Order: sequence, then structure tokens, then C-alpha cells
Amino acid sequence: MAQASEDNLNSTDAIINLQDAIALIDNYPALSGMNFRLEQGETVHIKGPNGAGKTTLLSLMAGLLPLHSGQGQVLDNDLSDLGDRRRIRRLTGLLSHESSLYDELTVFGNLKFWCSANKVEHEIIDPIMDRLGLSGRLRNLKVSSLSAGQRRRTSLAVIVCRRPRLWLLDEPYSGLDEAGQNLVDAFVQTAVTFGASVVFASHDSDRAKKLASRTVEMQGGRLKTQKLDSGSHKTRDYIPIESGEPLPDGTHSKGGNAND
Amino acid sequence: MNDLRTIVSVADESEEIFINTDNDDSERSGPTSTRSESTTVFGFLAIATFVPLVFFGLLVAEPHSEQQESVKLMFIHLPSVLVTYVSFFCTLVCSILYLTKKSKFWDLLAGASAEIGVLFCGILLLSGSLWGKPTWGVYWQWDPRLTSTAVMFVMYLGYLAVRRMDIAAEAKSRRAAVLGIVSFLNVLIVHYSIDWWRGLHQGRTFESSEIKIEGWYLFSLMFGMLFFSFVAIWMVIHKFRILWLEYQLERMDLELAINERRSEVNDLDSSIDADEEELLFGGGS
Amino acid sequence: MVRIVKEATLMIRDALLIAKKDVRVEISSRVIFGQVLPFSLLILILFGLAISSDLIVTGDAKRTVLEQVSPGLFWLAIVFSSLFAVNRSFKIESDNGNLDALRMAGIDPAAIFLGKALAISLLIFILDLFVGALAVVIFNASIIDFSILGVTVFAATISISMSGTLYAGITAGSRSKDTLMPLLLLPTMAPMLLIATRSTEAALFSEDQTGWGWPMLLSVLAFLYTGIGMLSFGALMEES
Repeated sequence: MAQASEDNLNSTDAIINLQDAIALIDNYPALSGMNFRLEQGETVHIKGPNGAGKTTLLSLMAGLLPLHSGQGQVLDNDLSDLGDRRRIRRLTGLLSHESSLYDELTVFGNLKFWCSANKVEHEIIDPIMDRLGLSGRLRNLKVSSLSAGQRRRTSLAVIVCRRPRLWLLDEPYSGLDEAGQNLVDAFVQTAVTFGASVVFASHDSDRAKKLASRTVEMQGGRLKTQKLDSGSHKTRDYIPIESGEPLPDGTHSKGGNAND
Repeated sequence: MNDLRTIVSVADESEEIFINTDNDDSERSGPTSTRSESTTVFGFLAIATFVPLVFFGLLVAEPHSEQQESVKLMFIHLPSVLVTYVSFFCTLVCSILYLTKKSKFWDLLAGASAEIGVLFCGILLLSGSLWGKPTWGVYWQWDPRLTSTAVMFVMYLGYLAVRRMDIAAEAKSRRAAVLGIVSFLNVLIVHYSIDWWRGLHQGRTFESSEIKIEGWYLFSLMFGMLFFSFVAIWMVIHKFRILWLEYQLERMDLELAINERRSEVNDLDSSIDADEEELLFGGGS
Repeated sequence: MVRIVKEATLMIRDALLIAKKDVRVEISSRVIFGQVLPFSLLILILFGLAISSDLIVTGDAKRTVLEQVSPGLFWLAIVFSSLFAVNRSFKIESDNGNLDALRMAGIDPAAIFLGKALAISLLIFILDLFVGALAVVIFNASIIDFSILGVTVFAATISISMSGTLYAGITAGSRSKDTLMPLLLLPTMAPMLLIATRSTEAALFSEDQTGWGWPMLLSVLAFLYTGIGMLSFGALMEES
């Protein structure tokens, strides 16, 4: 499978393309036929009730789960092939429900470990910790002593250090105060300007609407409806956003071509 | 039951071949039983060898001078040894094949084989113990071979427990396959260690009594081996079919679950109507 | 050929990264040394209470029953303690979904196996030293052959850790793993227990000199389990 080139921002291949994807969690069909497409540079908000399959969708797109049936490609890699899935994982950053941190290590210790594990140079740790308010007192504090929000910011720091092409965030705002949530938005927007694409699941519709270029609603393991942030509803599974074209409400889409 | 018949008969073509190898006339056996031509054949073979076994082994062969009739437990004990090791070896081979070919057939056959292996390992230990009492005076001897057999028994009990773990089906099969291979390697390691030990300590261990097996005993033992082998194969085929049918049921359940899941789209109604309000909040004025 | 060497180097580097991390976590949390070590010392003492101190005579030596069986008791204490060590090693990963994060990082499963097993080996080895010291004292042992003892302890520890990590990998993610993992591990450790005990007896009791046979066999086991674990961990970690 050809690797998507890092420089090719003008690629017309979708970053993610899922067709009738069924994925199982412990023999339960968490995804029951999901259709989804993500274009380069988009920020897509996934919403839906608890148990709709949002978490499973993100895990699938991160390459952690096999496809039971259907088709899926992420970053030009086939989800039904194990080797491809392993390649997807390196290019993706998944912020999951769990912290993915070692409670007994310090904030700095965790970041050092995860940067080494992800083959990322350590020089960027300090600036990123600074930006996320993890320097100073928190730097050498054990993760177990942190508050939920501080832990979330540490987990986010790990993702940021990895600088993935595809960001998958599961309830990124949960546990964070206003300042923390603003940080999430800022990092997401910065990442997109540097060529990343983002999918995030959130119950916080207000904030999500401001961040996302598109909202997708899930229920029962697949799509419910899809609407543009202009408010119009479509029942088709995907609305392509042509580059340069203004959206119905007059704004330009944040995705598409780098020529915008 | 009609749905089950459909599911069984529309299995993948490759799978159908495997089923039909043992089952030349699928129409006749049907999904309600695991009988087939092959199990009938093996059943008859088993009965056919049982008769001479009993006749020659128990009646014609004379009792051993020291051990009297109890020596005839060898007709249970020794064939059980054969069946146990062949079954676990079969599990090893099937586990390897499952990991390379990914066909569920090998996974299920590994499981069926292991279960029969555990059964006969239990029979082996029990018959060995019953034989031991009149022979050595004790029910248990810390003979390395006997001990290692007991350990092997528990090891494969663990294998069966892993097959029932509460994780996703495919991952579970893969892990069981790895365990099926590792467990047999353990058996080999233990045997090699014992031989090594016997080499170091000649005569320190208590060997099972050397009995010269000849004449009618040898003749009967042959029937014993055949009889137990046929019974074991008969059981494995049945067990495999049961596992196969269970697997088909799981697939059916999954299809149902997928459809049920997809229909959740229309489920949620977040408003509380008057009746529910009554129920939840009690009778207001 | 060059690629294989490069991949192997990377794998070893990742394994050491994980091993160091596990040791750092232990230093910080002190579960093995604060809880498991006292536990293993206590087991040894309980054995002493449960077993008689009658005198027996074997060969030229006059020992109590307790002293005679002390090698076996030592290894039993280590075997039971290792269950906790292995459990703990995987708990720090499963608590926060770290195994998935390690998969996301693209670390070779063989490196995860090796790294965790090495860390467990180190911790059990230190347990060996403390429990061994206590055993020498309360069981009145005199070591005749330090080199045989050393190799035995080293090889047995590695065998225990490698097989423990393997079975922890097989049962990971299951709700019944706390009972299932010991059920798988203990039968496998039975031959190790036997060999290590016989080997230790050779190092302590002059009448039991069996030379280097047992330690060598134990070393072979250690290599075997290392290899088996590294080869199979990829299959075990996938798609759980």
C-alpha cells in the first residue's frame, strides 16, 4: 500500500474512508455498518448518545481494531490488513477515555517515556509542557497526584508531541476547565494549519460546533444524519466540500485545498 | 430449527468440504444430531474390537501371578496413555494449522481433541492409581512420570479454561492456539527432563513394574488399543460437530445482534410521557 | 541482513526502554519491595511453623526435616511471589490502557515481552537475594557450591519471569485473568521447581552432588521460554 506523502497536502485521496464498516468489541457489534469519509484538513465532530459506537469508531480508525466486515482505508492503508493497521497507528494520535499514562511516574517522566517509545526527540517536551501548563510545580509530580483535568492535559501533551497526521480525540474536553478546553481548541486548530486532520467525539455541542467544519451523528453503531454547520440536514452519507466554494452560510470550509 | 439447517448448509464452501468429508450424506444427519456415516462406522469398529478385548483379555488371559486380575487394568491404562498423547499432539498440530491458515475448523478440532485428551488423561491417572494400589500398596507414587502426567492434566485443564475466556472470539482462538503449542512443548520439556533425571539417578526412581507382555495379553492389548482409539475418534468427531454447531449459532447470534443494533437508530425518545411520569415521580395531587 | 540487525537493535532498545520504565515504576510505587517481599519472607516462616523440626539422618549429615526440605521451600516461596510480581507488571499497563498506547507507538510486541520479562526478572532476582538470605539463616544452611547456586538462581528466575510474562499475555484482558494466569503458570513452573530444588540441594548438601546437569537444563529452559515468548507475543497482543 502506498504511504500518503507527508508533503502532499493537495492529495485528493480521502484521509479516511469507511464503507459499511462493522467492528466488534468482545463479540458485540459496536459498529453496525458505519459509513464515514474524512478529507484532508477537515475537523469533524462525531456526536451521538452513549453507546452509539463513537469510541469504537475512533479505535477502529486508529488501526487498533480489525474490521469484521465492510471496507475501510485510513491514510491510504487498508484496515483489513494487519501490516497496514500497524502503519496507521504510527501516523495517528488517539486520545482515549483512559489516560494511557503511568500513575507512578511524573508528568515529565511519562512524556520522556512516551516520546522515546514513539521515536520523538525530547527537545520538544519542555515547550509543549509549558504551553499546556504542565511545567513548574506539576512537572515533577506523580500522575496519581494530579487532578483529572491535569491528567487529561498530560495525555494530550503525549499526542501533541507525536505530531500525528490524523488526530482522533475521544471526549477531549471532559475533565478540563475553560482554559484547558481552550487549549484543546488551540492545539487542534494549529495542527490543522500544519496539515493534520481531526476527528473528535464530544457531548459538548456548543464548543464542538465552533471547532468543527462538519458534524456527524451516530446512533446504533452507524450514521444517523449528517449536517453542515450551516444547520441544513442531509440524509446522504457524505457531502463533499469543494475547495474554495463558500458554504451556504457564507463561510469558507476549513478543509480542502491549501490554496484557500 | 429450519434456520439452523440453512446456516449449516450455506457455510463457506471450504468449510462445507471439511464437514462433508466426515459426513457424506448431510441430508440424513441434519442439524439436530451430530451422527453421521463416519461416527456410525467408528461406533461399529469400537464395538467390534470391544468384544474380543473382553473375551480374550478378561476371560482367556490368565491372571498374573503377583497382581492377579488387577494387572488387566493395563487394558485401560496403556491405551489411555496412547490416546492422551495422540490427542494432545493433535491439538498441537491443529493449533499450528489454525495460526497459519486461519480457518475456524482447525481451532475447533484443536479444542475437541484437547477435551478428549483431558478425559483420557483423567482415565489414565485413575486407572494408574487403581492399578498401583494392589501392585505397590499405595494409590499414589511420586514417580516422576506419574507426577508429570498429573501436571500435564492440569495444564490442559488450563487450556480448556482459556478456550472459555471472556474475550473476543478471534483473539481467543489465537491465544488458545498459542497455548496449544506451548503446552505440548511443555510436555516434551518435562519428558526430556525426566529422562535426563533417570540418566543421573539410576534406580532412584520407582519404575512401574516391568511386566512381560506376551501371549494372550499382547493379543488382547492390541484390541484394547484399537478399541480405545476408535472410541476416542468417535468422541472427537461428535465433540467437533457440537463445537461447529455452537459456532454457527454464534454467527447467527451476531447477525441478529447487528440487525438489532442497526435498528437502535429509532430507539431513543428523551421525552417523558404522562404515564412514565406517574410511575417515576409517584402520584402527585 | 543489515535490516535484520537494525530491527533487532531497535527491538532491544525498545525492550530496555520498557524494562527501565517498569523498574522506575517499581522504585516509585514500592509494591514488590513493600508488599511482596514481606509476603515471601512470611511464607518462609509459615513453612517453618508447619513443618516439624525432627532430626533425620541422610548420609553423613544430621539435619532436621525442615533443613532437608529447605531448598524446596525457598523455591515455593519464590514461585508464589512471582505470581504477584507478574500480575503487578501487567496491572500498571491495563489500568490506564497503556498496552494500546504501546501498540500505537509501534513498538514490536517481542520488545514489550522482553522488556517486561527482564524487569520482572530483576525484581524476582532481588527477592531471591532477600528470601535466600533469610532461608540461609532460619534453615541453618551452609552453601557448598556458590557457582552452581548462582547459575541455578539466575536461570530459574529467568525461566519463571519469561513463562509468567507469556501467560500474562495469554490471559490479558480477561476478567478471570487473576485466577486463570496462575492456573496456567504453575503447571509450567512444576518442572522448573523440581529442577531448581534438586540443583539447590546439590549446592547445599554434600551427598547430593549431581554436577552441572540441572543448572544447564534450567538454563536451556530459560532460553526456550525467552524464545517462545518473543515469537508468540505478537499473536497474543493483536486485536484484543
